[in-house]
Amino acid sequence: MSTKDLAGSSIEVDGDGYLVDHKVWNREIATAIAKEEGIDPLTDRHLEVIEFMRKEYEEKGTAPSIRRLNKLNVVPTKELYTLFPGGPAKKAAKIAGLGKPHGCI
Amino acid sequence: MKKLLILGAGTAGTMMLNKLEATLDRDDWNITIVDQFETHYYQPGFLFIPFGIYNKRDVIKPKSDFFPPGVDVIFSKIEMIDAEKNQVKLDGGKILPYDILIIATGTKINPGETEGLKEDGWHKNIFDFYTIEGATALQQHLKYWEGGKMVLNIVEMPIKCPVAPLEFVFLADWWFTEQGIRDKVQIEFVTPLPGAFTKPKASKVFGDFLNKKGISLTPDFNVARVDWEHNKLVSWEEASVDYDLLISIPTNMGDELIGRSGLGDELNFVPTNKFTLQSDAHENIFVLGDATNLPSSKAGSVAHFQADILMDNIVSFIDDRPLRGQFDGHANCYIESGFGKGILIDFNYDTEPLPGKFPLPGVGPFSLLEETRMNHYGKMMFRWMYWNLLLKGAELPIESNMLMAGKRA
Repeated sequence: MSTKDLAGSSIEVDGDGYLVDHKVWNREIATAIAKEEGIDPLTDRHLEVIEFMRKEYEEKGTAPSIRRLNKLNVVPTKELYTLFPGGPAKKAAKIAGLGKPHGCI
Repeated sequence: MKKLLILGAGTAGTMMLNKLEATLDRDDWNITIVDQFETHYYQPGFLFIPFGIYNKRDVIKPKSDFFPPGVDVIFSKIEMIDAEKNQVKLDGGKILPYDILIIATGTKINPGETEGLKEDGWHKNIFDFYTIEGATALQQHLKYWEGGKMVLNIVEMPIKCPVAPLEFVFLADWWFTEQGIRDKVQIEFVTPLPGAFTKPKASKVFGDFLNKKGISLTPDFNVARVDWEHNKLVSWEEASVDYDLLISIPTNMGDELIGRSGLGDELNFVPTNKFTLQSDAHENIFVLGDATNLPSSKAGSVAHFQADILMDNIVSFIDDRPLRGQFDGHANCYIESGFGKGILIDFNYDTEPLPGKFPLPGVGPFSLLEETRMNHYGKMMFRWMYWNLLLKGAELPIESNMLMAGKRA
């Protein structure tokens, strides 16, 4: 556990840079994390996906999977990989201020 | 008379049936199990079929051999679980009411989920080994295969027996060597995971094994479609991997029944309390084995450890007491590594596979995260234990919850 300067405030993050508390998240923090992940600019389409993920996380306690985002017509899988190249499940969760997705066993 | 109903007579359901029969007061409880198939498959044996070590007859027995007397057995398809009415409707309309329901309907491969996988290449130069049909078709193909590039691909996680794909390529390396064609075969392991396995220490150990055996590893590959006309795997990010022979581990999903009944997540796995095994949505529905959405391995050993916990919790539930049994995610897997050797791993939700001795701390006879002949004998001996002890619900000399004793952190 450590803190990190994101969008002008000191934010607690875990060893992999994921926010410890998803409630401190705001759009500026999202933009700052996205930039570090090589996503610049963070578009409305990105935010649409991220905000849906946050909503589900708050309701269910877990972030939706890629398969679920596709099935609920939030974003087709192909587009998701274009929006968050190099690992959308992890990247989108990180930018959304959610914990690291549980790797399956 | 109260009614306890089990759906699915595979490894999990059969073990649970035997435990319940031995425990519940039979003056109060009627126990019924439903399954559509009459044959029990020893699924860990499927791995050995492609290489001719086992044949079909080595992995099948009638399910009825494992049912205790005095329980009701129904062979039928199931149309629907109506959880609000506490009843199950069978194909043909027969209604089975229940007081307690145990869902043990497992998981199976769904090649149809990936574009191009189940087209003309299926069982020609694309095979699975998670079904008896796939494993035997692959045996026939390998018998006459003269070499080329063999690619093993895991489409997405989670999968049943997450070590089986590694075992497959380890055994393939050995088998092609035995056939004298290893120099004509390239083997590539293509996985959506960031390494050879999920947990860091084991991933490193298995990665070194792949390397040592001349098997190349392509991690972080999320397959979008199979271009079967050009023998290519294509990822969502348009990377591609060529193959001559593709061994696919398709998307694993729970039974369609779960989806139809509105009890599943998007993979038809039932949301389940990871400690008590009670379903999240209905307090009189419990879920066992591969049918759950638990973040534990989908494997017979896991179902076995869960069954002990579930037995305690069913008794508590009947007695109207809090559920005290807490499953810790324990899994125990013998991994064939080829050339008559094996590796053993033992882990749970919180503790990744570690080196050490098992089951007796400091003694063994098995070695954790190490390759030994004894581990291979453990794997081969397991089939006898499975048929004669495990399915019948007998106690095995392994604790349900994982022990740290004997492990080196």
